[in-house]
Amino acid sequence: MSATAYTPDEIMTVTAARQLADGAVCFVGIGLPSAACNLARLTHAPNLVLIYESGTVGVRPNVLPLSIGDGELAETATCVVPLPEIFAHYLQRGRVDVGFLGAAQIDRYANLNSTVVGDYAHPAVRLPGGGGAPEIATYAREVLIIMKQSPRSFVSRLDFRTSCGYLGGRGERAASGAPGSGPRAVITDFGMLRPHPDSQELELIGLYPGISTEAARAATGWPLQVAARLETLPPPEPRQLATLRELEARTRTAHARPIRIPL
Amino acid sequence: MSPTPLLPLSEAISRHVHDGDSVALEGFTHLIPFAAGHEIIRQRRRELHLIRMTPDLIYDQMIGMGCATRLTFSWGGNPGVGSLHRLRDAIERQWPQPLALSEFTHAQLALAYQAGASGTSCAVMPHHDATDLEARARPGVRRLPCPFTGRELTAVPAINPDVTILHAQQIDAAGNVLIRGIVGAVREAAMAARRVLVTVEERVETLAAGMNAVVLPAWLIASASLVPGGAYPSYAQGCYARDNRFYLAWDGIARDRDAFSAWMQRHVLGVPDHAAQLRLLGVAA
Repeated sequence: MSATAYTPDEIMTVTAARQLADGAVCFVGIGLPSAACNLARLTHAPNLVLIYESGTVGVRPNVLPLSIGDGELAETATCVVPLPEIFAHYLQRGRVDVGFLGAAQIDRYANLNSTVVGDYAHPAVRLPGGGGAPEIATYAREVLIIMKQSPRSFVSRLDFRTSCGYLGGRGERAASGAPGSGPRAVITDFGMLRPHPDSQELELIGLYPGISTEAARAATGWPLQVAARLETLPPPEPRQLATLRELEARTRTAHARPIRIPL
Repeated sequence: MSPTPLLPLSEAISRHVHDGDSVALEGFTHLIPFAAGHEIIRQRRRELHLIRMTPDLIYDQMIGMGCATRLTFSWGGNPGVGSLHRLRDAIERQWPQPLALSEFTHAQLALAYQAGASGTSCAVMPHHDATDLEARARPGVRRLPCPFTGRELTAVPAINPDVTILHAQQIDAAGNVLIRGIVGAVREAAMAARRVLVTVEERVETLAAGMNAVVLPAWLIASASLVPGGAYPSYAQGCYARDNRFYLAWDGIARDRDAFSAWMQRHVLGVPDHAAQLRLLGVAA
């Protein structure tokens, strides 16, 4: 692939990385959030503090972990704390600036479902469940969401609310007493959405180069609001793409390494 | 004080894990006691209540092999890969049998172990209307007002497993056990249990443990078994890495009932112990 062409995953990851300010304390999920956080750390935000829910604080991995608790995280962490501590002393106590989440379904107020498709007791599809997400969504000062946009994932009504965004909008979240301020941005493979300042309904505020508003609307399961001044989001810079691709190449090599156990 | 008896794993399981027990095989991604889980499958334990924050591949296997009728958990996926297909099949299509769920968030389940470990009936955290879990999944959490501020709290009931099983790096001559690396909620799960079983990578004369290391004193442990590689395909920090290739490959194996059953027959039921399995998989050095 050339230095200027990029995949949807790459522009999503780079766009998400750009949302992270240097020095922020970030609670990281596995997959695209982990790639975005480490890309930010390796480019514009060298002092980003990354916390994974395995209790690894201040990690600086050389390769991306497959799981939330790979040995690479423990080996490069400032400290490794027990699980009750990571949730109580770090997250619940309000020491996390940014929580980074994905999900199977999102609604117009950025509430998330990662539990079931269909009825809880008799689901059509059983998803992994909440894990750390409900508390991350509640306690992180702000939340970034990264997920692919389609009518199946951007739905008018969630089958199950695993984690809260703005609940029903118009201040309902703040009135409920949730300590964090809620999702600041939703980064998709079409562009970016942000909550409207009054209604808190997600509106499209930017599109990647070459993507149309109609395409984004067609990929959304509710009538999508579009900001009056719609931005064209910048493509990845060559340095960002090179760093991301090197990180992913190192990761592939590491994950393919055979394990040998002396008996 | 008598030293912890070092038992063969098959004897430890037959003596301490019974049909109908509540059993927590803990270890958050790290030090998952796979060898012990496989021995439970070989001994065909039934109607277990399995407890784990992340069921992971080991409970996918135990559920698919019909060991469990109840699961208490907080995140049920194959980390970084996708679904646990046997867990899904049990919930979506009751195969091989129905599985009752008690579902929590990570923070709640960690707290439930802490309460169990502390001998209190419940533990509290601030309440927020964050999730449908409380209303729809009915994990049995309750709300109550803080007696000091009046603010609403969520009370999480204590969990006290009949048996907690852990894998650890080292045991010393006196039977004390050292755990190093990501510890998850293993201390809490151990202290909450009625019986604690451990499998360990190696036996040493004395533990080179830092003053604040996670050490389980010998007298807390019902039995210990020497099982090198006992956490494979998860890992033991300082001994061997997580076999991420295996976790990726499991997705294909577990997707299909017949492929799953054939794999379990060949690699678990068809071998006498964990060492034989590691040799069969070509992992033993």
